[in-house]
Amino acid sequence: MLRFTIRRLLGAIPLLLGVSVLSFAFMQLAPGGPDALFARNARMTTAQLEQIRHNMGLDRPVPEQLLVWIGNLLRGDLGMSYAQYRPVSQVIGDVFPNTVVLMAAGLTISLAASLGFGILAARNPYGVFDNVTSFFSYFGLAMPVFWFGLMLQLLFAVHLGWLPSAGMYSAAGGGGLGDLLRHLALPAFTIAIGSIAGWSRYVRSSTLEQFGQDYVRTARAKGLAEQRVVRGHVLRNALIPFVTVVAIDAPLYLTGAVLTETVFSWPGMGRLFYDSLTVRDYPVLMGTLMLGAALIVAGNLIADLVYGVLDPRISLR
Amino acid sequence: MTVSTASGAPPADRAALAGLAPDLTARKPRGPWRLALERLRRARLALLGLVVLLALCLAALFAPVLAPYGENEIDLFNITALPSAEHVLGTDDLGRDELTRLLYGGRVSLMVGIAAALLSAGVGIGVGAAAGYYGGWIDAALMRFVDVMLAFPAIFLLLILFSMRGSSVGGVILFLGLFSWMWLARIIRGEFLSLKQRDFAEAARAVGVPDGRIILRHLLPNVIAAIVVSTTLNMAYAMLSEAALSFLGFGVPPDVPTWGNMLNAARPYYTVQPQLAIAPGLTLTVAVLAINFVGDGLRDALDPHRS
Repeated sequence: MLRFTIRRLLGAIPLLLGVSVLSFAFMQLAPGGPDALFARNARMTTAQLEQIRHNMGLDRPVPEQLLVWIGNLLRGDLGMSYAQYRPVSQVIGDVFPNTVVLMAAGLTISLAASLGFGILAARNPYGVFDNVTSFFSYFGLAMPVFWFGLMLQLLFAVHLGWLPSAGMYSAAGGGGLGDLLRHLALPAFTIAIGSIAGWSRYVRSSTLEQFGQDYVRTARAKGLAEQRVVRGHVLRNALIPFVTVVAIDAPLYLTGAVLTETVFSWPGMGRLFYDSLTVRDYPVLMGTLMLGAALIVAGNLIADLVYGVLDPRISLR
Repeated sequence: MTVSTASGAPPADRAALAGLAPDLTARKPRGPWRLALERLRRARLALLGLVVLLALCLAALFAPVLAPYGENEIDLFNITALPSAEHVLGTDDLGRDELTRLLYGGRVSLMVGIAAALLSAGVGIGVGAAAGYYGGWIDAALMRFVDVMLAFPAIFLLLILFSMRGSSVGGVILFLGLFSWMWLARIIRGEFLSLKQRDFAEAARAVGVPDGRIILRHLLPNVIAAIVVSTTLNMAYAMLSEAALSFLGFGVPPDVPTWGNMLNAARPYYTVQPQLAIAPGLTLTVAVLAINFVGDGLRDALDPHRS
């Protein structure tokens, strides 16, 4: 197990290196490049611009720039934000916890809903409940996330006035857990909708698959209560592949965060990314991109490892 | 270790592709009548999807004939007007008829979906076939490249690129296509690895058929189901991505009507003019729903294990 873990960890390094080289290459496509923010400033003299380009290392050859960028990356140095004149790691670090709150809430809702819906639907396949959830899953998978957010906002914030439409805390008299939860409800549900739909279908089919197995018949034949059969036998096996699906999908919440946080003005990474796009804060954008890639690679790694731990039949090479 | 560690594909995509394997167990508890009924129901859904999709395509194609107003015709007396007899879905902030924009928007949205899906199919087939057929270092290099591409948070990169260099309809198609071929490439590679060792491929090689012809005429027809299903799903994925990019203001240029651009334009007004946000979003949802139904139907129809 230890050898397997180490091998997998080492395998992630070239992957991340490849991602950073490729992102760097794509960035070269952008005309004006990273210094565009400064070049657009009319009061900037050519000499000043040259000085800035020199300080940023942009006057050096491209391969050298690549090496410097990767070297800095390895030391955890993501550069300085152009817009905020602070290290990128600080800028991202300030808002990252807010996104973690949003993602964690979304994941909790999604896990609870998809496990509940999926298992219930599998208990009585092609029944009323199964058909209804299957209908809504199709809808959930076809909807644009941000549009669903807009619709929730319209219904619950604008028309019914039950929940606040934007932000993380109320401006006046805000603060506290209750206030946070009220603000969290709509964006968390929005970010979760896609995975609720996808995962509940997955749980349904992998549970259903187990119900057809011989060991389930054996368990029933020896007179176990259906509850015991489901909890002790079926679920244990059905959920192994589900864990890996969750680990692989969860980093995609970061993508959802960009759209959700923009709709609900949630002060997190997605919002930061969007704001950085409009002011062309290049180092922050690259930092976010790399963090996203790291999360995806980590999710895959966790999926691999957890699968190995949960299913002893898998031989770890 | 047999887990596939791919990510990046949308969950819908993955769930659907996973379904390419014969789903024998799920059908066990049903009798033959139940089974037939079920298949009929699925076929009906697929047919319904096909009809809706065709209707949307035709509506987009004949937008100049069907639309009550010109594409950019401005009604100065009705700016952000609520729905009325004159403007069935109201007008936007420039006084343009919303229904007209919806019809013209369908042209670009559907075209982006179709073109990006075809492009990704082309790249996926090329990479997958080359890796699977030639094997060796070509396979290793291409598959490592696939791994890297799958580790990209694609939407982030696309947003950065488009925000910096501006975008066009062609740019959106190009990049959406270039970031969605990896799943198909993996599937085709896997199939080719075993197909190329089968007797018919061996025989073709023995009589001196060139590689290109073996790949195109002998091997590729065996994976047509995967290609068709994955292309259908990629079309839905591309349309949703286009909408997301345009909604954030960095996709298709704002003067070109697409369903995503209309949603972006509606943002400041949607609380008083909900139909400006509801109409394009609902149309997009219905279109994607229809595509997914067609994709599911095609998977069932093309799956040889279900004959």
